[in-house]
Amino acid sequence: MATADKKDGLLAPFRVLDLTDELGFLCGKILGDLGADVIKIERPGGDPSRRLGPFYKDQRDPEKSLTWFGFNNNKRGVTLDLEKKEGQNLFAKLAAKADFVLETFTPGWLDKLKIGYAALAKNNPKLVWVSITPFGQTGPYSKFHASDIEIMALSGCMSLTGDPDRPPLRVTFPQSYSWTGSYAAVGALTAHYHRELTGAGQQVDVSAQATLLWAFSHAHVFWDLNRHVEKRAGSFMTGRSITGAKMRVFWPCKDGYLNFIIYGGEAGRRTNQALVDWMDSKGVAPDFLKQKDWKTFDIAKVTQEEIDRMEEPIAKFFTGVTKAEFFKEVVKREMLGYPVASVKEIFEDPQHAARDFWRELEHPELRTKLTYPGPFARFSNGACDVWRRAPLIGEHNEEVYCGELGLSKAELDKLKREKVI
Amino acid sequence: MQSLKGIKVVEFAAFAAGPVVGKHLADHGATVVHVESRVRPDGFRAHYPPYKDNVHGLNRSGLYALCNNDKLDITLNLKKAPAATELAKKIAGWADVVIENFSPGTMARLGLGYEELSKVNPGLIMLSSSNLGQSGPHAHHAGFGSQLSSLAGFTHLTGYPGGSPQILYGPYIDYIAVAYGAVAILAALDYKRRTGKGNYIDTAQYETGLQYLAPILLDYKINGRVAERNANRDPHAAPHGAYPCKGDDRWCAISVSSDDEWQKLVKAMKNPAWAKKFTSLDARKANEDELDRLVGEWTRGFEPRELMETLQKSGVKAGVVNRMCDVYDDPQLKQRPQWIEIEHPEIGKMHYQRPPFLLTKTPPGPFKRDPLLAEHNEYFYRELLGLSEEEYKKLVDEQVIY
Repeated sequence: MATADKKDGLLAPFRVLDLTDELGFLCGKILGDLGADVIKIERPGGDPSRRLGPFYKDQRDPEKSLTWFGFNNNKRGVTLDLEKKEGQNLFAKLAAKADFVLETFTPGWLDKLKIGYAALAKNNPKLVWVSITPFGQTGPYSKFHASDIEIMALSGCMSLTGDPDRPPLRVTFPQSYSWTGSYAAVGALTAHYHRELTGAGQQVDVSAQATLLWAFSHAHVFWDLNRHVEKRAGSFMTGRSITGAKMRVFWPCKDGYLNFIIYGGEAGRRTNQALVDWMDSKGVAPDFLKQKDWKTFDIAKVTQEEIDRMEEPIAKFFTGVTKAEFFKEVVKREMLGYPVASVKEIFEDPQHAARDFWRELEHPELRTKLTYPGPFARFSNGACDVWRRAPLIGEHNEEVYCGELGLSKAELDKLKREKVI
Repeated sequence: MQSLKGIKVVEFAAFAAGPVVGKHLADHGATVVHVESRVRPDGFRAHYPPYKDNVHGLNRSGLYALCNNDKLDITLNLKKAPAATELAKKIAGWADVVIENFSPGTMARLGLGYEELSKVNPGLIMLSSSNLGQSGPHAHHAGFGSQLSSLAGFTHLTGYPGGSPQILYGPYIDYIAVAYGAVAILAALDYKRRTGKGNYIDTAQYETGLQYLAPILLDYKINGRVAERNANRDPHAAPHGAYPCKGDDRWCAISVSSDDEWQKLVKAMKNPAWAKKFTSLDARKANEDELDRLVGEWTRGFEPRELMETLQKSGVKAGVVNRMCDVYDDPQLKQRPQWIEIEHPEIGKMHYQRPPFLLTKTPPGPFKRDPLLAEHNEYFYRELLGLSEEEYKKLVDEQVIY
């Protein structure tokens, strides 16, 4: 489809230097989706995260990492060795003209090289400097190393996921990096708004552990208010009833699983009635369900016994339903609930085609086009979209170092020979 | 000075997806007005535990408190058209930003769609946050995040291989949409400052969730591979999981992503003879069940915190599986500080949550507890909106302000 030009993006006038590893990728991508000029700065030879799979046609190649493709599109790319003096000078020059710097180094590492926030803000006090780390810039864990699973553990998320008699779980595909990158973008733009009004930039200190506290909503509040510890409960939902009753969430169906919950509230009552009507149309609604007065049904006071009795015939009914059939019926009958979709079914969902969500980006070096998730929001004014594939290693070295910093070709070649870029 | 001081926001919104966007703006000084009614209070107040001491009450909800600190709360009964519609328009005229998360079409049906509101307020920024978006064949299908997280693929990726999917506790995807909603509003505010143009923003929580899954969506489209749940395993690391510790149901996560890290772990375990078999990643992956068992036998001798600290000192990634009773006392979260304790008249002391990003020169709140239902009616309608005493009284008597 024809998309608006990147120069029409909401943040088109702004320049971002992106020094992040996978913990921060999405932050720069979000600013790029809004039209900002994001330059991904990698070490010579390419960022180590290019080793993260899955890979294009399963070929392990730093230029074919789908993790890289997925989270670094809408960025340009240069290489630079920040541990070399000349690399530090070049970075300082770039930072003097930048609006944002995004980085994920261990706290203090850039300061040691004299290219940390304190040093570079002297020449550019308007800089918004976003430091993204597992635990934050200060404190007892600030130098701890962590990947996705340790972040999910220390935020408390894992204690809520899995069967009670088996180890706590993370989501198999890493989630904490995306959570952290997207909340870092909120921080970046909050500081940006202030900077544009006052001229004062600042450092933004993002903690992945703190970000993931939101992923599991309010489970901790049960402890705060009532000294009750919410725990992992497998396929069941807890915490909705003051009697302690738990409700089934996942139901085996003909070709997988369905997510259906006996809820209260207006929408819940309507759903329960609609399900009974649907079961009744197939002649399988037991009398006690048909006779239930949903208007007075109170989920907060329901007992486990009552829930179990209701769930038994529902479970039997769902085993004869396919995911597609369930989806069609919940939409038609305005019920709450969805099938448990895999990536395959997400592509088949007509909602995305109707909203023109998917984007095809050219990958000339692979002689192909690849399909990407499209814009995260639709704006009536100003563009937000996915325009360009992720950069190859050093793809824009000449464009940036010669075209913008004014180095000559000879100087560029010298820097290459010295392995600065 | 707070970074968003002076920005005026009104929420025709309930539950999490709309109000937590407002919370992030309020934490940074924006004036945020949460609109409810006695006929239909926010669902978190009405029927969503926990309530203090397990006693239900509209001002006793912990989750409402978590999502609404530093806001003003007013009531407006939108069923009382046309007076309520006119008043709602007047409120939108006062605001810079409107946030709504009714099911798509509701605001337009109430006469409060963007087209109408932008007539009263031409530069208005309005965010509509919905499950599936404002357009498309399923647009009108309403739902909760706890279930949308399944449609968007997340629960399919959670669980033990071959077993049932697992729930991600609450409305997981709502809080993904919150980040994107806040980003969208802040970008639109900046755009308006430069161009004078307002914005209507449509975010589908579904589409924001898929941003987090881009690599495995590509993997399916290119390689035909359907990503599946595989407990705690990771293709790039072993060991990689939660390992048992001393105590009842206590665990510590450990991950080893390189042979160098493996040698550090072996040293920390005091060089057990069995480790020789697992020198390469391939060898560790090929015998991962056995590896997990052996590492678990060693970890069982430690308290989780002791294990984490021992391993971190040795250069191995490790993290305690914090329980819900641990997060307020976690030394790192406490030091940040991530929580602010504020007294609430019906809840008592409550831990309110700071944003996960801290602006170092303009530090965020929370500063004030969440408001009681209708707490700011008089202050907002009279002083901020400028209704006369007579007008205000009339609207209260007619139960428009109700």
